[in-house]
Amino acid sequence: MPTSENASAADTSANVFTVRKFNLWYGDHHALHNINMDIKEHSITALIGPSGCGKSTFIRNLNRMNDLIPGVKLEGSIKYNNEELVNSDIDVSKLRKEVGMVFQKPNPFPMSVYDNIAYGPRTHGVRNHAKLDALVSGSLKAAAIYEEVKDRMNSSALGLSGGQQQRLCIARALAVQPHVLLMDEPTSALDPISTGKIEELAMQLKEKYTIVIVTHNMQQALRISDYTAFFLLGDLIEFGPTEKIFSNPEDKRTEDYITGRFG
Amino acid sequence: MSISSTKRKIYKTTMLTLSNVCMAITVALVFFLVIYIFVKSIPYFTWELVSTSPSYLNDTIGVLPDIMNTIYIIFAALLMVLPMGVGTAIYLNEYSNRPRVEKVIEYCIETLAGIPSIIYGLVGMLVFCQFMGLQTSLLAGALTLMIMNLPTIIRTTQESLKTVPQSYREGAFGLGAAKWRVIRTVVLPSCIDGIVTGCILAVGRMMGESAALLFTAGFAHNLNGFFDAMNSAGATLTVALYVYAKEQGQFEVAFVIAAILMFMSLAINITASVLARRIQRRKEA
Ligand SMILES: Nc1ncnc2c1ncn2[C@@H]1O[C@H](COP(=O)(O)OP(=O)(O)O)[C@@H](O)[C@H]1O
Ligand SMILES: [Mg+2]
Repeated sequence: MPTSENASAADTSANVFTVRKFNLWYGDHHALHNINMDIKEHSITALIGPSGCGKSTFIRNLNRMNDLIPGVKLEGSIKYNNEELVNSDIDVSKLRKEVGMVFQKPNPFPMSVYDNIAYGPRTHGVRNHAKLDALVSGSLKAAAIYEEVKDRMNSSALGLSGGQQQRLCIARALAVQPHVLLMDEPTSALDPISTGKIEELAMQLKEKYTIVIVTHNMQQALRISDYTAFFLLGDLIEFGPTEKIFSNPEDKRTEDYITGRFG
Repeated sequence: MSISSTKRKIYKTTMLTLSNVCMAITVALVFFLVIYIFVKSIPYFTWELVSTSPSYLNDTIGVLPDIMNTIYIIFAALLMVLPMGVGTAIYLNEYSNRPRVEKVIEYCIETLAGIPSIIYGLVGMLVFCQFMGLQTSLLAGALTLMIMNLPTIIRTTQESLKTVPQSYREGAFGLGAAKWRVIRTVVLPSCIDGIVTGCILAVGRMMGESAALLFTAGFAHNLNGFFDAMNSAGATLTVALYVYAKEQGQFEVAFVIAAILMFMSLAINITASVLARRIQRRKEA
């Protein structure tokens, strides 16, 4: 795999995820073929590719969300730090506490703003009011939405705008103090201004977190990511530093895609 | 052209008239029934009748025990059918991933819903009163009502579980919540309206049930506390209505009971629509 070797040679910082010969089937449908990838600490890795190529399928393995789908079969290895995630008997709840997720469509719970953010900490046993208050306001500030909701902590989160809801969901994910943040097309349902806010936020957050983001927006990948992975029909075609993928791709298909010749 | 349009016009007017007539008949029937019951019952409606037990010594009749028995039996049956029905629906929707087993269970539930209530009464008598040794009692009646209403609760709960967006579940799982916590804190609160609807439907059916209770709960008119009542035979309002009218020829009492039942079902309907409106408002907020 020359591409993944290139990526690891370029950067010697620690791998958060090490993916080797990873395959996934939905029943008989072979959706991911032999994926190899190193995801580096405190970086933003963008997953790009035409719709249906397996970006969501891939990212959902990093916090074992595919456990929820019956009939999924996995092969190969994904190591989170040193822990094997594939077909292993790990504490999924603990994994998901460390590897948070933000979804394509903002999905706040039908509860108050406060209870949305406090949901994760409460799940993991935080009961102390002062501590919860601190976690809630800290997460809302980190997700750059505190000012907009500080006077409506007790009203329903469903009353917020789409962009606010998505930042609320980011805050909700941050409240369990994860190490990694997975985002599956977090801005595809949002207007340009909200998108801008979330991109800015992602770039700030990478100081503290490792971020993996799926996007169908090439500009977005170019603007915010350090590494880019290009998927096509279940194959990882090319993976490397973002500048290289966009300025000097090795594979003809990558070039065709980023120059907008298909997808 | 003109002939066919005339024809169509005649056809349209005829259909319109017919459907208006049908509607008028329906409305007239409802009004007739309600007014008839009120006219028949008002002369006999006394505070004594609705607030005392019958007494052979004084030769007076009172329907308070029957009112209390009705409330007790509905309360007891709901207390049993809710956890069973909601639990079954949760299992079918959230836990089971064996479609074939689900199909079989769902088929059984459908069948259960279609069985005439008198058969429930017969089987309830054999199983609860005789085999389980509960005798003829409100408890045996409540158990029978529980089984009869299980399909309603399961189905309405399942329907509303299906309307809870998958994204809520994913959001909670994504934060590391375990399955039961997701169900308890996110899924169930979002389908509370469906469960309430199911309960109201069930209460209405329980209140109107007589055939099954004739076999299982009996005919006594003793005023008891809840636990004593559960252990002894007792007539609910519908059963008492039958007994007073058919066996004792006391049609005044029967009509008073009919009026009480109508009040109760009106109250249930109003509660249902108030609740529905409140839930709707909360959802929009
Ligand atoms: N739950 C599922 N069951 C079966 N096939 C699925 C499921 N989810 C996705 N797929 C299939 O897997 C492939 C990759 O899908 P996905 O990962 O959603 O693509 P992307 O996110 O890149 O648009 C597609 O062919 C899709 O039809
Ligand atoms: Mg996707």
